Amino acid sequence: MKHLDEYRDPHLAGKLIDKIKALSHRPVRLMEVCGTHTVSIFRSGIRSLLPPSITLLSGPGCPVCVTATEEIDKFIKLGQQKDTIVATFGDLVRVPGSSSSLQKERADGADIRVVYSTFDALDIARRNPSRTVVFLAVGFETTAPTIAAAVKETKKEGIGNFYIIPAHKIIPPAMEALLAGGELAIDGFICPGHVSVIIGADAYRPVADKYHIPCVVAGFEPVDILQTIYMLLSQIEEGKAIVEIQYRRAVNFTGNEKALALLSEVFETCDAPWRGLGTIPDSGLRLRDNYRALDIETKFDLTVPRTQDHPGCSCGDILRGVKTPLDCVLYRKVCTPSNPYGPCMVSTEGTCAAYYKYHD
Amino acid sequence: MKHDRILLDHGSGGRASHELIASLFLPQFDNEFLREMNDSAVMTIGGTKLAFSTDSYVVDPIFFPGGDIGSLAIHGTVNDLAMRGARPLYLSVGFIIEEGLPMADLKAIAGSMKNAAAEAGVVIATGDTKVVPKGATDKVFINTAGIGIIDPDVNISGQNARPGDKIILSGTIADHGITILTCREGLRFDAPLKSDSAPLNTLVAEMLAASRKINVLRDPTRGGLGTSLNEIAGQSRVGIRVHEETIPVRPEVQAACELLGIDPLYLANEGKLIACAAAQDAEKLIDIMHKNPYGRDACIIGEVISDHPGKVFMKTIIGGNRIVDMLTGEPLPRIC
Repeated sequence: MKHLDEYRDPHLAGKLIDKIKALSHRPVRLMEVCGTHTVSIFRSGIRSLLPPSITLLSGPGCPVCVTATEEIDKFIKLGQQKDTIVATFGDLVRVPGSSSSLQKERADGADIRVVYSTFDALDIARRNPSRTVVFLAVGFETTAPTIAAAVKETKKEGIGNFYIIPAHKIIPPAMEALLAGGELAIDGFICPGHVSVIIGADAYRPVADKYHIPCVVAGFEPVDILQTIYMLLSQIEEGKAIVEIQYRRAVNFTGNEKALALLSEVFETCDAPWRGLGTIPDSGLRLRDNYRALDIETKFDLTVPRTQDHPGCSCGDILRGVKTPLDCVLYRKVCTPSNPYGPCMVSTEGTCAAYYKYHD
Repeated sequence: MKHDRILLDHGSGGRASHELIASLFLPQFDNEFLREMNDSAVMTIGGTKLAFSTDSYVVDPIFFPGGDIGSLAIHGTVNDLAMRGARPLYLSVGFIIEEGLPMADLKAIAGSMKNAAAEAGVVIATGDTKVVPKGATDKVFINTAGIGIIDPDVNISGQNARPGDKIILSGTIADHGITILTCREGLRFDAPLKSDSAPLNTLVAEMLAASRKINVLRDPTRGGLGTSLNEIAGQSRVGIRVHEETIPVRPEVQAACELLGIDPLYLANEGKLIACAAAQDAEKLIDIMHKNPYGRDACIIGEVISDHPGKVFMKTIIGGNRIVDMLTGEPLPRIC
């Protein structure tokens, strides 16, 4: 396991922690945008090793958490349609909507199936030609290209019973929206690794330039994250605000050309609702006209009543980094992983779930 | 949101399963045996100390690398008896078979059970067969129950962990859970993954012959090592501290877990045990275990502490500290 061991080397980690401590002269707030980073930081106990002057905030980087309640309600309504199979990535099944969840609908008889890729959902459609199969297209730029490929394949093969609900979100507009809101005081972004493989680090230049915020694209191992924190502190000390890549073994500045071309062929940007952030212009993806017929909303009316999050649920504030789970009145008291009130407690990459699981 | 239906999470072996048992079954069936929440009940009949256990097997797929539902059903109950220090003797086997199951599959499963019982030295003494209409079950479900004898001076229970005890793990974790997960979803990896399903009664007998200072034995099946350690900490009202760098995970298992975003701490094991044993006997036990094929990778992964009763802590590879909680819900791959 050479490729992992070197990024978990305690001696290397110790040296980086010493360097971070030596550079920590004043309070610094850094936000990790990606849920996988949040979990990795908690799992490796990084918070317990950093000087108290460094605060790590978790941002809107969990695709399950940022899915708006109205979108969850649409998924639930879809599951209630006759002869319909709903295919979804795992964590979504547990997210509460206004009054139910996909998991509860499944217990009530809805045909909800957890898949590992869009192509698995496409296979379900091939094997069940008399039924409508819908894939819940949730996620960031990481998963969108494979969904685009499945959509292209569906059209090419003439599969008539496969659809998606486009509910994708794209990350850079959300980072800008966080900063434009003005309530968030942060000194640097730990930028997502998986997303950046697709979009490239150049995508964060507008954030760095316009808001003078240092951005470093990070890998997911403890040494990656510690090195990223050190790189951000170095920029802050030098008064710089540039985009750097720590995760060089996977990410470049321009991204994956082929994946981006595929995305552009199948999807176009649109305004999208984010939990906690409201509607952000050009932060979602919808099917282009050429593929629009594969959007299930051209077949079913999935309009849902006006939705409301559970009173007291702070998931929105937590996603914006203005609260931590410890500030939420529901956290641990009534909102727990087995009885979640909001998505941050549901998703394995949710901030509340990470606090609950790893925080003393 | 309260649950008004049984959800898959209630069968995960993690927190939801525990809450279901504590809130629904225990109040109905309450007695001193169930209250202990151990792998087997221990009772004395006619002066003989017996362990009695049952478990049901609903694994999908029914054939997997390293075993099948039949051998798993034997190993599971043999191990549940062994985890009280018992010598397993007799098993019952109940089949619920879906109409249409190929006869060849059932024959293969029965053959596998025969071999597993022979290796464990147990007799399948009674059984039952039911066939249900297609769709009323999934291929075949198997229930096994078993009884075994415990030496009078052996007292092993999840409630017996004592501060100062060393935590011993018999080998690598997550082999069974990741194998089943990847088989079920048709995921393929370059390095072959294989279940660790195995009978542990011989290993336990050898450990008991070497030391009577074993306080707890537990096979970390559903819910994995993380959940089992929490169960022991809760039952014994002690704290537990483990050291991440000492917990063995096969490289191919680690790689599959990394790819899927799943923590190996919460994946099922079917041929591994955790022991809490007095510190002075721990090294001796490790030496004995290394001589048994099912304990050759045995190691000390931590210790029982008096602070923070009911909680499990981990010193991470890079020297950080964190809590290890129980599994919540089924382990699911990340989206991103």
